[in-house]
Amino acid sequence: MSKPVIATASLAGCFGCHMSLLDIDDRILQLVELVALDKSPVDDIKRFTRPVDIGLIEGGCCNSENVHVLRSFRENCRTLVSVGECATMGGLPALRNGIPLKECLDEAYMNSPTVAPEDRLIPNDEELPIILDKVYPCHEIVKIDAFLPGCPPSADLIWEAVTALIQGRPLDLPYNLVKYD
Amino acid sequence: MTEIRFTIDGREGRATAGQTIVEAAKANGVYIPVLCHYEGLKPVGSCRVCTVRVGGKYMAACTQPIAEGMAVENTAPDLEDMRRALIEMLFVEGNHMCPTCEKSGNCELQALAYRYRIMAPRFPYLFPVRELDASSPKIMLERNRCIQCLRCVRAIRAKDGRGVFAARDRTGRVTIDADRNLAARLTDEEARRAMDVCPVGAILRKEVGFAVPIGRRKFDRKPIGSDVEEGPAR
Repeated sequence: MSKPVIATASLAGCFGCHMSLLDIDDRILQLVELVALDKSPVDDIKRFTRPVDIGLIEGGCCNSENVHVLRSFRENCRTLVSVGECATMGGLPALRNGIPLKECLDEAYMNSPTVAPEDRLIPNDEELPIILDKVYPCHEIVKIDAFLPGCPPSADLIWEAVTALIQGRPLDLPYNLVKYD
Repeated sequence: MTEIRFTIDGREGRATAGQTIVEAAKANGVYIPVLCHYEGLKPVGSCRVCTVRVGGKYMAACTQPIAEGMAVENTAPDLEDMRRALIEMLFVEGNHMCPTCEKSGNCELQALAYRYRIMAPRFPYLFPVRELDASSPKIMLERNRCIQCLRCVRAIRAKDGRGVFAARDRTGRVTIDADRNLAARLTDEEARRAMDVCPVGAILRKEVGFAVPIGRRKFDRKPIGSDVEEGPAR
């Protein structure tokens, strides 16, 4: 039997959850034996090359590209997991959700003290993804099968969850590993 | 004192007249989750997290007195799911950013969510716009996290009995306000008590925070209610 395939993505996140995944220390050698990695920023594979068993999503959706990537993960992954607070509830990027979008863009591109007067321009190129009205948790865009809370989720929690999913065990996460912070 | 006999989830218990269902359960080593209730304060039964079922009727166990022969249902799956839903609603109707909150690890709302293994709420997040009030010298009122339990309103009073905190707009979206003059006169000890009484991170002491490392906070190792379940000898 071929190895289970994993894919990962970082949407509106800080890559902290990916860092936490790498924080499994020498278990990463076991992971290499256990799974094959498809589309992921870790191996820089840009497109899905085969059906994926487990998709790990870091970050919520703040723009159209995030939504596009998330939907393609849903189409290609048998089990899709929200990893971390941003994927689960928007997290830090969602701090902008109470502020009108125009105000956010003005603050960043028009009124910021580091923007030279001649550079005052809100980016609006068709190559750029369109920014959403607010930051959305992943499960409000597509169906999510499992959630790993934490900012970031600890390496132990990610290891426990990934190995359980690979082996088809139920996700019975230990109390002391489940933290929202 | 009159002894009262009752059952909770089929298990027999004994209580004394005048005890609420929550108190009677606790005395028998059974935890009924509470959130708006705080020991020593007059219960108001506003959050309904303690809802139990007696004879097919739903009641707030923190306000309802125990009575002879009561058969209390506490952990029926539908009751537990309703409590879970209430906790999820509290999470989505505020802005509860646990990673940025000083109360994280000591927060009763978060602890209940851990106990109920809530990984994500079933309801969409509302992301309400709420104002923070940092005008007092000792405390901050972080309304994004307020769950309107009224514990601070009931507990924190000035020496002459006036309430330091009060609920505003009770007919609409309730917000908690601090009396500017009374809040300005809070001592460090009173500010500490205000922060302790608040179940979430809505009342925070200024210039302190994150003093206890992750792993040693109140609910890091054991679920909320463990002390009741492990309780004193029955």
